Amino acid sequence: MSNIATAMPDVRPIPVRELLPWAIFGGLLFLIAIYFIGTEEGATALFSGSYIHEFVHDGRHLLGFPCH
Amino acid sequence: MVGNLLLRGMIVGVIAGLLAFGFARVFGEPQVDRAIAFEEQAAAAEQAASGQTAVEEPELVSRTTQAGIGLFTGVVVYGAAIGGLFSLVFAYAYGRIGGLGPRATAALLALAGFIAIVIVPDLKYPANPPAVGNGETIGARTELFFVMLVVSIAAAVASISLAQRLWASRGPWNAAIIASLAFVAVIAIAQYALPTVNEVPENFPADLLWRFRITSIGLHAVLWTVIGLGFGALAEHSMAGYRPVVRARTALH
Repeated sequence: MSNIATAMPDVRPIPVRELLPWAIFGGLLFLIAIYFIGTEEGATALFSGSYIHEFVHDGRHLLGFPCH
Repeated sequence: MVGNLLLRGMIVGVIAGLLAFGFARVFGEPQVDRAIAFEEQAAAAEQAASGQTAVEEPELVSRTTQAGIGLFTGVVVYGAAIGGLFSLVFAYAYGRIGGLGPRATAALLALAGFIAIVIVPDLKYPANPPAVGNGETIGARTELFFVMLVVSIAAAVASISLAQRLWASRGPWNAAIIASLAFVAVIAIAQYALPTVNEVPENFPADLLWRFRITSIGLHAVLWTVIGLGFGALAEHSMAGYRPVVRARTALH
């Protein structure tokens, strides 16, 4: 039983094998989210029209994405 | 473990996004409105000069929606995404950079992220208000912006790993200084080599351009500060459960 409290925190890295599935799934999800906020219906478009562009218009400008 | 961190990262990201929205609403929207007023004035003057009657463009989304729920959605979703990505990078970096604890790791990562993702790309391709930017060059400008972003992130990662390698032989101070100089050198070369974009219309108020750009940096500063410090505080709890030694200690209380 190891119930000895040490002064120095035991900094243990998370194994890459445990991290990888989360990184792939999460990374993809977040990049898609950023894509829709940042560039959809701007430089590139998956959907036609400009509703998404107009809807997030102010955020896109203020976040510094190239717009118009 | 990682799922737990990811959830916390997204929660902190949403909170950071809410605060950044408040900041953008108060300090950013007046600048956007001024820029749109300039844009409309310029369009009206052009039409008067050419003698054509004004053709009203149908308004797809009202200004109220754009400045309200639209801005809210944009900034909060962006915040949640950055918070989530941040937590994933943290999950990798924790225990791999020096002997830093969760809060110091998070604070340091946020500072690095703010410099590499916000400041460096912004120095070359700053944020532009409405009325600034030619619609025909949006493709090229977006490409350049992302090239700058990728170079900056890659240089930051390389610089951190260089610092780690030099740590033992040169000591922490010299390792950090050498790695930082290497980062600055790579960024200077990239920014010198990449083409400059200047599409600011004639007579566009310099004061407005300056305020808009500084507000954009302020918005990101709010976001990254809250994420770096907030996530550190939450991750400390989270990581405590990951260390059997500490779990035993808390059980004693």
